[in-house]
Amino acid sequence: MIIDYIPIILVIIVAAAFAGIVVLSSVIFGPKRPNKIKVMPYESGKDPIGTTHERISIKYYLVAILFIIFDIEVIYVYPWAVQFKSLFNDFGIFAFLPMFIFLIVLELGFLYILMKGGLKWD
Amino acid sequence: MPANNYEYFLLLPHIVLSVGIVLSILIEIFTRKGKEVLPWFSSLLFLFVGFYSIINIDKNFFIFGGMVEVGGRASIFNFIFNIAALLTVLASTDYIKKYGINYSEYYILIQSSVLGMMVMAMAHDILVIFMGLELMSICFYILAGLNRKRSSNNEASLKYFLLGSFATGFIVYGIALVYGTTGSTSIQNIFENFMQYFNNILFIVGMLLLLIGFSFKIAAVPFHMWVPDVYQGSATSVTGLMSTAGKAAAFSVLLILLGTSLSYSSPIVFRNYFSVIAVLSTLVGSIIAIAQTNLKRMLAYSSIAHAGYMAIGLAAGNNYSFAGITFYLAAYVFMNIGAFTIISLIEGKDETRLTLNSYAGLNKKSPFLAAMMSLFMFALAGIPPMAGFFGKYYVFFGAIKSDLTWLAIVGVLSSLISVYFYLRVVVYVYFMNENEQFEIEKSVGSNLAISLTGLLVLLFGIFPDSLMNLIVNFIK
Repeated sequence: MIIDYIPIILVIIVAAAFAGIVVLSSVIFGPKRPNKIKVMPYESGKDPIGTTHERISIKYYLVAILFIIFDIEVIYVYPWAVQFKSLFNDFGIFAFLPMFIFLIVLELGFLYILMKGGLKWD
Repeated sequence: MPANNYEYFLLLPHIVLSVGIVLSILIEIFTRKGKEVLPWFSSLLFLFVGFYSIINIDKNFFIFGGMVEVGGRASIFNFIFNIAALLTVLASTDYIKKYGINYSEYYILIQSSVLGMMVMAMAHDILVIFMGLELMSICFYILAGLNRKRSSNNEASLKYFLLGSFATGFIVYGIALVYGTTGSTSIQNIFENFMQYFNNILFIVGMLLLLIGFSFKIAAVPFHMWVPDVYQGSATSVTGLMSTAGKAAAFSVLLILLGTSLSYSSPIVFRNYFSVIAVLSTLVGSIIAIAQTNLKRMLAYSSIAHAGYMAIGLAAGNNYSFAGITFYLAAYVFMNIGAFTIISLIEGKDETRLTLNSYAGLNKKSPFLAAMMSLFMFALAGIPPMAGFFGKYYVFFGAIKSDLTWLAIVGVLSSLISVYFYLRVVVYVYFMNENEQFEIEKSVGSNLAISLTGLLVLLFGIFPDSLMNLIVNFIK
């Protein structure tokens, strides 16, 4: 019962304490000699351009959301594909049909977005 | 698949509706005539699915390894959902043009939400229930905010989404705890060994979380905070569907849970919970509704009170009260959709005529609407020749059978309070001088929906046995 979970709680406490001590000790004991280049925002080694609070077009957000469709597709198709041989031996054509229907419905959603102009950039 | 082909054939209503949704999307994206075609297409779909289900009510089986029940109780609920959606579609063809949400997605979302409700009503497995619940709720979140240019719509949608997902969180956590303690998601398995699990604190917490989540969905006090704002902010036709079919779907799940527990042990363990919910909902709903002058808000509080009356039946926990709740839900669906349709005709383009004042002297403008409005108000108040009376009668009868007479008395008292604000509408309609001049819109679909609901409310009120015999045979 609950007593079984005590090791997990202990691990969490130890991990949090260890991480906290490491970070804190570097803050407390580390040398601090800031100069202009050190406190600059990091942009892959280049000199930073503009502020960090840029406004980003909502289109990127839309694309990111649409990407979820294919993420979900992969999550479901991958285990099914790995097991397909044994599924096919057991169920024959019925191993294939449900995934086929699932993909049709999923791609219909994508088709809907495409035809409604969800991916038009302007 | 292990399931044989006959099992798929039994799921025909659900398959037809799913294919209908796919076809609707195809119609919309390829022909671009969705706005003209889809009202008729979805009406036919709902008509077919509803009547096919009710005709095949005798084929009552558990299929897919007991996960799903077809026929019987599920058929009755399928009928209720589909007729509610059909009436909503009829009533909203003209309304959504006025409101500015004339998208074909409106119909597709209604179809999807009805599919979710049907999945909820047939499920005997917690995960299937959850799937249906999410399908229904997500469609409702979108429907509530379909007109994104109206701030009231945005507010309603956001509030509904945040609080609804909060409730869903409760339900998921409850499912996790119940599955963790029992090792099964099948409601049958869980209740078979109910007394054995009952000493386990985690199981009790899980069950309570499930009940709290569904109390959110049926809009019972103290989980009712979202109801008035959401019902007032959404489009009136959407509110009509949310407050009736959505509530019926949540109740169908509670009926499955308690009904299964009835056949193995006694649902008496839930009695205290539902008694508290029932007393609070009936009293708070009825008393706060008195202070409302906005009709949509008043009906929202009345819907809280109605959830309370039905919770009395849940607290009673016997076959009489479960059959009574099902009858009550059927009656409530028709009278509420009728009332909301009348509101949608009166409210005008920018919802400027929602208050009681706009109903003053309605009798002079349109005797038909005035008569129907008073019919629905009498039915909601529970005055005998209408269906609402028998709904309350059966539920209170069930409560008395379980020695919960005090609960039935509280119910009767609070329905006495509610008569005040229902009849106030009738007084405004017939006995006040009109103080606003406006034309009432002509809408064939809405008038048809109002006439149909009025007819059904009277029919179920005068011949309650016609529906009640059907329900009693199949609520087990």
